[in-house]
Amino acid sequence: MKKFSSLLHNLILTPSRNTKIKLLQDYFKILDINRAYALAILSDQLSFQFIKASKLRELVYEQVDQHLFDYSYDYVGDLAETISLIWPTKKEGKSQNLSTLIENIKKIKKSEINTEFSKILSELSNNERWTLIKICTGGLRIGVSERLVKTVLADLYNKSVNEIEEIWHGLEFPYENLFQWLKNETSKPKIDFKKLFHPMMLANPIDEEKDFKRLNANEFQAEYKWDGIRVQLMVSSKSVSLYSRTGDNISSAFPEIIETTRGDAVIDGELLVGRNFKPSGFNDLQQRLNRKKASKDLQNKFPVFIRAYDILFYKGKDLRKLSLFERRKYLEKFQQENKTNQIDLSFIINFSTWDELTKYKNNFHDDLNEGVMIKLKNSEYLPGRKKGYWYKWKKNPKLVDAILMYAQRGHGKRSSYYSDFTFGVWKESELVPIGKAYSGYTDKELLVLDKFIRNNTINKFGPVREVKKEIILEVAFDDVFPSTRHKSGVAMRFPRIHRIRWDKPTNEVLSIEEFKKEFKIG
Amino acid sequence: MDFINHQLFIKDINVHIDPILPKKTAIITHGHADHARFGHDHVIATRQTIDIMKIRYGDKCAKKFTPLRYGQKYSIKNYDFTLYPAGHILGSAQVLIEKNNHRLVITGDYKVGKDETCKNFKLVKCDTLITEATFGLPIFQHPDPKDEIQKLIRSVKINKNNCHIVGAYALGKAQRVMNLLRQQKYNETIYIHGSLEKLCQYYSKEKINIGKFEKVSSKDKNFYEGKIIIAPPSALKDRWSRRFPNPIICMASGWMTVKQRAKQQGIELPLVISDHSDWNELLDTIKKSKAKNILITHGQEDALVYYCKKQNLVSKPLSIQGRSDEEIE
Repeated sequence: MKKFSSLLHNLILTPSRNTKIKLLQDYFKILDINRAYALAILSDQLSFQFIKASKLRELVYEQVDQHLFDYSYDYVGDLAETISLIWPTKKEGKSQNLSTLIENIKKIKKSEINTEFSKILSELSNNERWTLIKICTGGLRIGVSERLVKTVLADLYNKSVNEIEEIWHGLEFPYENLFQWLKNETSKPKIDFKKLFHPMMLANPIDEEKDFKRLNANEFQAEYKWDGIRVQLMVSSKSVSLYSRTGDNISSAFPEIIETTRGDAVIDGELLVGRNFKPSGFNDLQQRLNRKKASKDLQNKFPVFIRAYDILFYKGKDLRKLSLFERRKYLEKFQQENKTNQIDLSFIINFSTWDELTKYKNNFHDDLNEGVMIKLKNSEYLPGRKKGYWYKWKKNPKLVDAILMYAQRGHGKRSSYYSDFTFGVWKESELVPIGKAYSGYTDKELLVLDKFIRNNTINKFGPVREVKKEIILEVAFDDVFPSTRHKSGVAMRFPRIHRIRWDKPTNEVLSIEEFKKEFKIG
Repeated sequence: MDFINHQLFIKDINVHIDPILPKKTAIITHGHADHARFGHDHVIATRQTIDIMKIRYGDKCAKKFTPLRYGQKYSIKNYDFTLYPAGHILGSAQVLIEKNNHRLVITGDYKVGKDETCKNFKLVKCDTLITEATFGLPIFQHPDPKDEIQKLIRSVKINKNNCHIVGAYALGKAQRVMNLLRQQKYNETIYIHGSLEKLCQYYSKEKINIGKFEKVSSKDKNFYEGKIIIAPPSALKDRWSRRFPNPIICMASGWMTVKQRAKQQGIELPLVISDHSDWNELLDTIKKSKAKNILITHGQEDALVYYCKKQNLVSKPLSIQGRSDEEIE
């Protein structure tokens, strides 16, 4: 545990990718059960059923005064770090292996969690405690992607990272077959590809200035970028299953897809809500997300369909090495053979110059797409976000000027800065909040805002500071919906700070009525 | 205690403690720039604080200086002032003010732990305590500075082709780091940023063991491989630091307790070495001072005020203008 926690500590503090690689290589020189746990942790595949953030809070409140904890958490901005630092120091116990420690924790009975887990926390050093809590809460945020770990393993054991990537989703803890293959003791693990989620091909944002000069429009095709959730649909004569972009099986939440799909293929597409293949917006889709099951009523109210982008397998044949152009023919064939009301094809936009494509990006009539995707016609289907193949080109966002009302300290990278901003518009002579944003500003702007907030606080509500109503923020957002949950009656999608409007007086900010009118909210 | 206001101003006799703007009479607790300023008529402080002010601002930074020894009483009308060691940096002092049998202590910045570079903190019993709260949160529990300095020494041993640049405030922290290195038998020459030179010379003159040091010069780049360089934190981000071979950026500060803080500032090797009291030391000082009335100045005052109230002590925060609530020397 000491080794692993000091690995994490060093990884979080080094900004250099090369140093990170070196640290990981040193650690994975040996492949044993501790490394298997480490791999599971680094790829976010290990969790403890009974020990989540809420349980950890409960435990820490047993140890320290709740208010003192809350003050500290507000300051630190990271739950694992706050708990590890504030936990009363006991005498450090005997150091344990990562694997022994985790296995011991897994053995704890639910009824004994509070005493047993607290005891474990008390016997660890600060840094080990931090590591263990990070493992429990998931999402390490140490600047190491799953991809980087795979790259390190590939380099260290002379394999190609794509080979690892291909079998990755078929591997299971404790990765014996992977480790043996890496050590050249056995051949590459055999994976049943039909049952396996295949990592998706992702796009990079286009750099309008650089890329359009460089890229030849004739070599690319464009499609609309739909605002749903990306899915992978696996169909065979025996079963149909649906996976989210991260590889979670979400079949049970969308029975209408599972029940109607026929054929033998693996399809990549966008899941949308709508009737007759007319998408009705993300707000409607949200009614169907994060549910384990969907009632008949819900299915009727918010029917879903898949807009297919791509095909990876057709009748057992792996198409991923073919060009996008070729794959599209297979996709069309699949759709012709298995027509349903739940699958249609993504439309291919005809264009010959980048200028021509601009029209499509910005002026799509019904406002339901997010922009366009630009794909190299002869691109293979490559897992991950490879550069030079697929690009996304988002519409210009919607903009509104609003007044900064409240601020709160941020988390993670922005901890201790006042970086979460609530902003509002006028409602008669008062302000009503319309949203909250914690990104979009530059580092410089953040410093200015942070300073303003510290010097212009007029009220404190716990961690929240109310500030003088002087700063106007230009807020960019993807969309806005009516909402019954918020006082203003609106909810924004992905608001972020576009810039600070030093030039504008607060009385020129819109009223909530004007805001609703401008963005067509009933 | 009504005789002093929230700006640490005693109107009755026109005396300020650590004022930000030029004043008639200023009692200065220590030489850091957020406490010691240029341009007062009359400065009352320890001899060393006065020396440090002169080094930083010139001999004429005040019209008149009155040096006081620790424990020496100085009276203005019916107010008696006495300075006691604060253990923060060389020359640092707490101020005891006695009037009509009421004892009020202004701690200034202080730390309870041992430090060879200055006189150790002396607890002064009082009725009213005005304490700092830079690290006034229970997450701050400073480790043994010897262990922290060992981390640096170990890293120097392992990474022979790198140089280690340690960010440390020019006054106090830099010399403390040097002294700690010497205590742990690191006997190599320590290289310092130019802005530290005069203060290091002064510490040496005052017989503080900081060992052999030399100003960084434009030597062959590889010369600094394996060396320790000490620089003010502002120089870490500056072009100045780029001239060195594969630098490992370190920082000696109590703030380094929080990993996220270290990461934000691009610190690869955080050293938790503080010249302020940690949470337990703050609580301990409050308790042992026997004060019934606790005022809490710059820092994380909310948690400390809450704690004092729970102990049935009268407590409130004191916001002193010109001090930001974080990143104080």
